[in-house]
Amino acid sequence: MIYLDNAATTRVSAEVYEAMKPYFCEQYANPSAIYSFAGSAAKAVDEARRQSAALIGAQPNEIYFTAGGSESDNWAVRAATEASAGKGKHIITSKIEHHAILHTCQYLEKHGYEVTYINVDENGTIKLDELEAAIRPDTTLITIMAANNEIGTIQPLKEIGALAKKNGILFHTDAVQAYGHIPLDVDALNIDLLSASGHKFHGPKGIGFLYIRKGVRMGSLIHGGAQERARRAGTHNTPGIVGLGAAAALAAAQMEKSIDKETTLRDYLIKRVLEEIPYSRINGHLVNRLPNNANFCFRFIEGESLLILLDQKGICASSGSACTSGSLDPSHVLLAIGLPHETAHGSLRLTLSDETTKEEIDVTVEALKNIVARLRSMSPLYEDFVKAQRQDREK
Amino acid sequence: MYSEKVMDHFNNPRNVGEMEQPSGVGTVGNAKCGDIMRMYLDIDENGVIREAKFKTFGCGAAVATSSMATELVKGKTVQEALEVTNKAVMEALDGLPPAKVHCSLLAEEAIHAALWDYAEKNHLTIEGLKKPVEDIEEKIEEDAEQ
Repeated sequence: MIYLDNAATTRVSAEVYEAMKPYFCEQYANPSAIYSFAGSAAKAVDEARRQSAALIGAQPNEIYFTAGGSESDNWAVRAATEASAGKGKHIITSKIEHHAILHTCQYLEKHGYEVTYINVDENGTIKLDELEAAIRPDTTLITIMAANNEIGTIQPLKEIGALAKKNGILFHTDAVQAYGHIPLDVDALNIDLLSASGHKFHGPKGIGFLYIRKGVRMGSLIHGGAQERARRAGTHNTPGIVGLGAAAALAAAQMEKSIDKETTLRDYLIKRVLEEIPYSRINGHLVNRLPNNANFCFRFIEGESLLILLDQKGICASSGSACTSGSLDPSHVLLAIGLPHETAHGSLRLTLSDETTKEEIDVTVEALKNIVARLRSMSPLYEDFVKAQRQDREK
Repeated sequence: MYSEKVMDHFNNPRNVGEMEQPSGVGTVGNAKCGDIMRMYLDIDENGVIREAKFKTFGCGAAVATSSMATELVKGKTVQEALEVTNKAVMEALDGLPPAKVHCSLLAEEAIHAALWDYAEKNHLTIEGLKKPVEDIEEKIEEDAEQ
């Protein structure tokens, strides 16, 4: 099997798994308990909090563990806007956010909030001038993702953070795809709130955190016990938290090396595909891009067919076609960068990890060449295109 | 997610291709919703479908339903071909996931579009054949209203 869907989820690394193991059957105490048996679990949670914070230059007491990226996004957007509803009810976001943000914004729109969705350019970079122009006296939150999950474009966080700070607006970033993959510093980037998820960087599933800058006023999403400084209730998921911390520590130690390795392989993959498969294009920014992300469109073919045939060659990938999005529309991200529907239907996302090899990329490109040619041979769009070309030549 | 029959027809689609001089050809669907089917029919002087060919842009189910539809209409008379409904195509494929039912409607519509073209070329009226819609979404909405 060749696994090229690391933006969907990653393998839990062996070190992370080892770190988690004692907290299932041995050190199973509730970290909030008072007896000494709980001491080891409580200490492990503290250590994970320190490790998670260190990766973004935050203080440990600014990290609030959650059940994952979606919860962190929901919490940040809802609670931060609710807390400042007295000042205003206007939110700024972008058209290419993850649905955890977009659907939360749509929910708030039904409850009296106004949302401005900023456009992106053809590379998927948000339009800063549009963002600046959208700021109003009643704007209370700017939420823009750190890097896009489909096309990998990294957003100009520093500029966005500066604009937010200048105007006294909270800045939240959904860093689910970026945390553990690229350097992020909450102070340098003026980030007030940041969402992260464990399983996107070789940690376990079902665990994430929300970074909340000290001094930011906001309520809870999950009400109950006094865990997480009484801001996020629920018994600590000790093994998950330990795994998240261990993955953060590993990411910190290996980031520079991983970025180099993945970027080299990614660029090799992009070069081969664009050179060897006609009528293909790369989506997203070529430079300001996640090291592990390649997103292509192949004209005249549809993404789900492509995925099924890749699967038969043992290659795991993903697509933004309608058939994989669960609706009749292709990916909102590909439409936002200006692709026509029929092109957007033929998209393919390949996301690498530091375990991916050059051999795997070579096998994938060869498979892809055959599959794209085969699907085109049965595509009426390709038939029309070839006929039109022939007629042009004859003229 | 897909039945074995669907996977078989997706992996080994029957009757993929074009015809130089078809008796009738029809294209349905649109690129916007991600499915386009084109069906070619070769019909003899007795109104029997000798050959059927197709080309499809779409998902696994779209390819499989086109393939099955061509298999089902081959050897049938024009009148009999009208009875190859989306339900017949789905049954022959041992079912489709609910989200893919529109693919079978598209296959039915592709047969009708090719027959409509054949009827127009030969100045025939085929009893029970309605002018096909280009956009299958309209048809789904119409059916829902009924």
